[in-house]
Amino acid sequence: MSAAIEAASAGVKVLVIDANEKAGGQLFKQIHKFFGSSMHRAGVRGIDIGRELLEKCEELGVEIWLDSLAIGIYDNLRVAVDRKTGFNEHKMILVEPKKIVIATGASENAVRFPGWTLPGVMGAGAAQTMINFHRVLPGKKVLTIGSGNVGLIVSYQLMQAGAEIEGIVEALPKINGYAVHASKLTREGIPIYTGYTVLEAHGKERVSEAVIAKVNPDWSTIPGTEKTIEVDTIAIAAGLKPLTGLAHMAGCQLTFDRFLGGWAPIHNEHMETTVPGIYIAGDSTGVEEANTAIEEGKLAGTAIAASLGYLDEKEADALQEAAWERLKGLREGAHGAERTQAKEHQLHAYAEYMERRGEVG
Amino acid sequence: MRVESHPVLGKLEEAPMVTITVDGKELKARKGEMILAALLANGIIVNRYTRKRHEPRGLFCGIGQCTDCMMTVNGIPNVRTCITPVEDGMKIEVQDGLGVWRDEN
Repeated sequence: MSAAIEAASAGVKVLVIDANEKAGGQLFKQIHKFFGSSMHRAGVRGIDIGRELLEKCEELGVEIWLDSLAIGIYDNLRVAVDRKTGFNEHKMILVEPKKIVIATGASENAVRFPGWTLPGVMGAGAAQTMINFHRVLPGKKVLTIGSGNVGLIVSYQLMQAGAEIEGIVEALPKINGYAVHASKLTREGIPIYTGYTVLEAHGKERVSEAVIAKVNPDWSTIPGTEKTIEVDTIAIAAGLKPLTGLAHMAGCQLTFDRFLGGWAPIHNEHMETTVPGIYIAGDSTGVEEANTAIEEGKLAGTAIAASLGYLDEKEADALQEAAWERLKGLREGAHGAERTQAKEHQLHAYAEYMERRGEVG
Repeated sequence: MRVESHPVLGKLEEAPMVTITVDGKELKARKGEMILAALLANGIIVNRYTRKRHEPRGLFCGIGQCTDCMMTVNGIPNVRTCITPVEDGMKIEVQDGLGVWRDEN
């Protein structure tokens, strides 16, 4: 959305293709105020940022296709789109843009343990979507796996929606997310089991209990420390990984970095991937936050506008520089040093790859 | 169960209701909501049983990626219910294995 807005404000004709019934990605389930990055939108709720972006798109005449899945990118930047036209009705459309921005986001990691497939065991994001977007409660007694910000925030939001949190399990020896989110839960007396993992879940047609146990520093479990907790829901918050399918299929080169969630397409400082004309932004090139995604979108949007001649070079450079400055600020927070380094690796990997390809070609 | 009141989002706005059937039983759903949400609101959490071991499956990702919530809808199997809106008169069935294609018309 942010790439679309930047490009469209410069005069570029933009089409947004979104697989969902609403554009804006996961912002509409983020009802909490953004925190941690004082310089940029701190104190504003995700849903409000989402609304703003949608309004801006409308103002600028950005065309948005909803329920439309980009299923492949072929030679010469041709994109095949599977557009839903009704229940079980689809239409295939070929779109031929001059430039592409891939902003497909990320998907949740699962934790596998005996019983993880039982109904009631779900991604924390799934639980969040149900309560905040669809306004239904997926369960009443919840155990959360993972004490990163997603685990903490979703646990709190499940409480706001009327569920009881039986506990949060964290394999690391300490709470992984911001203290401000954790204390909202501990204040309510919710136990956070640090140094514990989930062993298994029991239940017939739905999870009815979870067994947790203490872990050694090598992650093996300590016999005799098992604890059984009665639950009807287990919410798994074990991190995210970039959704790279479309970029990979288009031939974009990827690198692996654990601080960015795994494999992700490499790019230059304009967010252009190793396939000329294909840009990437947000979690799909490394899991970070909504704010960093918005800035990366701006980089891609202004770069595209400049390369198509809608922005003069000087203007584009200034906009890019400002976005990089803000990104630098955003990457001063949690795991900021690791993320900064990981993003630098991506830039280096891009430069190296392009140089190598130049020599061969 | 529906989240009727919420400290941030406020009261759940009233919506026109439609009627759907789940394995022959009539249920009320909010117009335009996802099938999965309507089922959860009515306490139904098993969407299908697996082909080999007949294990129950339900909501896992909630955004159309994992296919755990597939059901047979109007005779069409493997419909991802978390991203498919209800329509009045929709016939929804808990799916057994890969399901069977049927012409309902």
